[in-house]
Amino acid sequence: MRLPGLVLPVLLVSAVACGGGAPSGSEDGGAIDINGAGATFPYPIYSKWFFEYHALRPDVRINYQSIGSGGGIRQLTNRTVFFGASDGPMTEDQIAAAPGAILHLPTVLGAVVPIYNVPGLAADLRFDGTLLADIYLGTVTKWNDPAIARLNPGVALPADDIVVVHRSDGSGTTFVFVDFLSKVSPAFRERVGVATAVSWPTGVGGKGNEGVAGLVSQTPGSIGYVELVYAEQNRIAHGAVRNAAGAFIRASPAAVTAAAAEAAANMPADFRVSITNAPGEAAYPIASFTWLLLYEQPEDKARSRAMVEFMRWALTDGQQHCEALGYAPLPPEVVSLELAALERVAVS
Amino acid sequence: MNGTLRRKVISALFVGACALAVVAALVPLAFILFFVASQGLQAISLEFFTGTPKPVGEPGGGMANAIVGTLMLVGLAALFALPIGIMTGIYLSEYSGGRFSSAVRFATDTLNGVPSIVIGVFAYGVAVLPFRQFSALAGGMALGIMMIPIIARTTEELLLLVPGAMREGALALGASRARAVFTVIVPAALPGIVTGVVLALARVAGETAPLLFTSFNNRFFSTSLTEPVSSITVQVFTYAISPYEDWHRQAWAGALVLVTIVFVCSLLARLATARVARIRD
Amino acid sequence: MNLRSPDLGFRLSAGAFALALAAIVVAIGVELTRQSWLSITEFGFDFWRSSEWDPVSGEFGALPFIWGTLYSSFAALLIATPVALGIAIFISELSPSWLRTPLVFLTELLAAIPSIVYGLWGIFVLVPAVRSLQMVTPEFLRQLPLFSGPPLGIGMLSAALILAIMVVPFTSAVAREVLRTVPNTQREGAYALGATRFEAIRAVMFYARTGIVGAIMLGFGRALGETMAVTMVIGNNPQVSASLFSPQHTMAAVIANEFTEAADDLYLHALIEIGLVLFVITLVVNALSRLLIWTMAGGGGTAARAKA
Repeated sequence: MRLPGLVLPVLLVSAVACGGGAPSGSEDGGAIDINGAGATFPYPIYSKWFFEYHALRPDVRINYQSIGSGGGIRQLTNRTVFFGASDGPMTEDQIAAAPGAILHLPTVLGAVVPIYNVPGLAADLRFDGTLLADIYLGTVTKWNDPAIARLNPGVALPADDIVVVHRSDGSGTTFVFVDFLSKVSPAFRERVGVATAVSWPTGVGGKGNEGVAGLVSQTPGSIGYVELVYAEQNRIAHGAVRNAAGAFIRASPAAVTAAAAEAAANMPADFRVSITNAPGEAAYPIASFTWLLLYEQPEDKARSRAMVEFMRWALTDGQQHCEALGYAPLPPEVVSLELAALERVAVS
Repeated sequence: MNGTLRRKVISALFVGACALAVVAALVPLAFILFFVASQGLQAISLEFFTGTPKPVGEPGGGMANAIVGTLMLVGLAALFALPIGIMTGIYLSEYSGGRFSSAVRFATDTLNGVPSIVIGVFAYGVAVLPFRQFSALAGGMALGIMMIPIIARTTEELLLLVPGAMREGALALGASRARAVFTVIVPAALPGIVTGVVLALARVAGETAPLLFTSFNNRFFSTSLTEPVSSITVQVFTYAISPYEDWHRQAWAGALVLVTIVFVCSLLARLATARVARIRD
Repeated sequence: MNLRSPDLGFRLSAGAFALALAAIVVAIGVELTRQSWLSITEFGFDFWRSSEWDPVSGEFGALPFIWGTLYSSFAALLIATPVALGIAIFISELSPSWLRTPLVFLTELLAAIPSIVYGLWGIFVLVPAVRSLQMVTPEFLRQLPLFSGPPLGIGMLSAALILAIMVVPFTSAVAREVLRTVPNTQREGAYALGATRFEAIRAVMFYARTGIVGAIMLGFGRALGETMAVTMVIGNNPQVSASLFSPQHTMAAVIANEFTEAADDLYLHALIEIGLVLFVITLVVNALSRLLIWTMAGGGGTAARAKA
C-alpha cells in the first residue's frame, strides 16, 4: 500500500533524468524543432517567414518568441535558444561573453516611427531629432509647446500633457531610437546614452513593440516609438521626421532603402553597422538593419543545417514578404555577402 | 433611553456597513465575470479550440497548442507535487508534535507564501539553465512547487478530521501504522483530498508568472517534455498587451476558458465537500 | 521492538518527503543568493538605497521597486481591509444561514480567478475607468503630490485597486476562520449583558484581534508578490513618487518584464537579488502573520490556518 507514494517520485526522477539528460533532442518524429528568441522589431516578418517556411517544409518548425533584443542576446549567450535576434548589434563585451563566435546576419531593414495619440488633429505631425529628444528627456511636456508648434505651422495643437511611452524591456527598437536621438542631441547622449535598455528620465514603460503600440492606442495624449509595421497595422498616427539633409520624411520601405544605400556600399565584414541619421535627401533617419544571430559552430548539426537552409530561403525568396509588412528588402549586394558568410556556419 | 437609541442606531449602521462590504466585493466580481463572459463568448469559436496561432496581425487562428500545453503543464505539476504533498500531509497529521513537524509546517506555510514569480526565477536557475533549454518539464516543476504546500495542508487538515476511533480500531486489530494510514485513514479522507487536489490544479492552471521563463511559449503544437510549450495564460498575456484587435479578442476567449475551468472546479469542489459534510453528519 | 520497526520505517519514509518540502524552501533561498552574488558583492547595502536603475552604465538600485511594491500593497490593504473584515463579519456573525454558503462560494471564486484575467480586465476596463476619473479630478487636487501627473489611467491607483480586489477574498477567508475559533461564550456573554449586535461583534473582534491582524498581514504578503495583474496596469516605470496617478514599478513586475532580457550578468544578478529581497520580505511577513494566528489559535492548532 505504501508503493504508490514511492513509485511516483521514482518515475518522475527518471523521467526528468532521461528528458533532461538527452542532448536536447531535435529529432521528434522526424521533425526539427528550432527555438529562437529576441527582437520584437522584426517579429511580424519573422512570424510570417516561419509560418510560410513551415508550409514549405513541414518537417521544420521554427518557434520564435519576441522577448526583446536584450533577451535574444542573453538567451543566445546562455544557449537556451538556438538562435537570437537583435536590432542593435552585440557590443564587444557581449561578444566576448558569448561561449562561441557569433555571426550577425542582417535579415531585413526597418524603420522606427514616432507614434502619437492626439485626438482631433487635422494633419500628421512633423518631428525632428532634437524635439523627440526633448520630449523623451521630459523638457517638452505639453502638446502645444512652441517647439512642436514651430515644426507644425497651421496645426491646432491641444494644451494637453504629453504622455511619454517607452519600452520597459531591453529592446533593439529602443537601441535604434536612442542611437538616432543621441546622434542629434548632445543633451540626450549625455543624459541617457545608447543601449538596448536605458534609464528613461520620464514616461511609462510598455513591454515589447506590441506593448508600446497598445499603450499609445489606449492612452489619449501619448507619444511612443515603434517599428513601422506596428503603427501601420494598428492605424496609429505616425509622424514625419527631419533627416540629416533637412527634409521631413515619412517612413516607408523606399525611404529606408535610401537610408541603407551608403552602408550597403561599405558593409563591414561583421555586418555590424548603424544607419540612423543617414545622409541622402530621401533617407528616413530612424532606420536600421535587424540581425539574426547564429553561432558559427553550433553543437546540434541537424538544427544548424535546417537553419542555414532557412536563412538561404529568407535572404532570397523570403524577401518578397517585406514590403507588405512595411519592411525594406535587403540591398542585393548585402544578400550576396551574407550568402557567402553563411558558409562559415558548421552544418556537419 | 436616548443612549439606547444611539447604540441601536450605531449597531444598525454597522450591520449596514458589513452588508455594504459584501456588495463592494461582489460588484467587481460581477463586472469581471460579465466582461469575460460577454467578450469571451463573442470571440470564442471552433477555430479557437482547433487552430494554432497565425502570423502577427493576421486574423484567425486559435489556441489549441496552448490548451494542450496547459494540460501538460498541470499534469506534470501534479506528478511532481502529489507524492511530496500527500506524504508530507500524512506525516504532519500522524506526527503532529515535535520540532521537525513544526519546522516542516512552517516551511509549508512559507512555500505557500513565496511569490510565484520568485518560484519562476528558481525554476529557471535549476531546470532551464543547466539543460540550456526552456522546457515543459521546467514549467511543470515550477507549478508543482506551487502545488505542494496547498496539497500538503489540505491533506493534513482532512486527515485530522478522520475520527480517532477509526485509527484506534485499525491499530487495535494489529495493523501497522502504515497499514492503518493507507487502508483506513487516507481512504476515509480521500474524497476531500481529491477535492483539494482538483482545486490546487485549477489554481496553478491559472498561473502565468512562473511560466514566463520556464516553459516559455511555443507557436507550434508540441507535446515534447523537453521543448518549450505554450500555455493559455502566457498566450493571453502576450495577446493582451499587443495592439491587435483580433489578438485582444483571443485573449478574452482564453480568459473565458480559464475562468470556466476555475468555476467548474470550484463548483465541483463545493458540491463534493457539501456531500461529504452531509454524510459525516 | 519487532512491532515498532515498520512504524519507524513508515515514519522515516514519510518524513523524507516532508524533508524534501523543507529542502525546496531552503534551496530557493540558496539558489537566489548564489545567482545574485555578483550584485550583492558589487552594490552591498547601496542596492537597497539607490534609485538608479541604469542598465547602460551598470548601476542598479532596488529602491523604486521596493517603494512601488510597498506603496501598492499598503494602498491595496487600506482599501481591502475594511471590505474584507466586513465580509468576514457578515458571513460569520450576521448572515442568515441560507446565504452563507453562496457567499462563501462567491468570495472563493473571487480568489480563484487567475491573476492574468484580472490583468486583462484591468487593461481594458479598469484603466479607462480610472483615466476618466483622473480627467475629472479637480485642478486644486491635482496640485497635491498625491494626485500629480497626467491622467494616464495606467499607474499606481489602478494597481492598488486591482490588488485590493485580489486581496479581499484572501484576507476575508482567513479572518472568517479566525472568527470561527472565537468561543460562543464570548457572544453569549455580551448579549446576556444587553449588548447590541455591534457591541457583541466588537467584543468578538477584540477577542480575535491577534488573529485578525495576522489575517491582514497574510493579505499584505499576498499583495507583495502579485505579479501579472500589477505589471499589466502599473506602467512599469521605476520612480519613487508619492502620486497615485504616476506610473511606477514593483519588484515582481520588474522581474517579469526584464528577466529574460537582462543582457549582461550583473544586470541578471541584480534582478535575481530583487527576487531574493522579495523572498525575504514575504518570508518575514508570512512568519509574523502565522505566528499571530497560531498564538490566537492556542499554538499549533490547525483550525485557524489559512485556507485561501
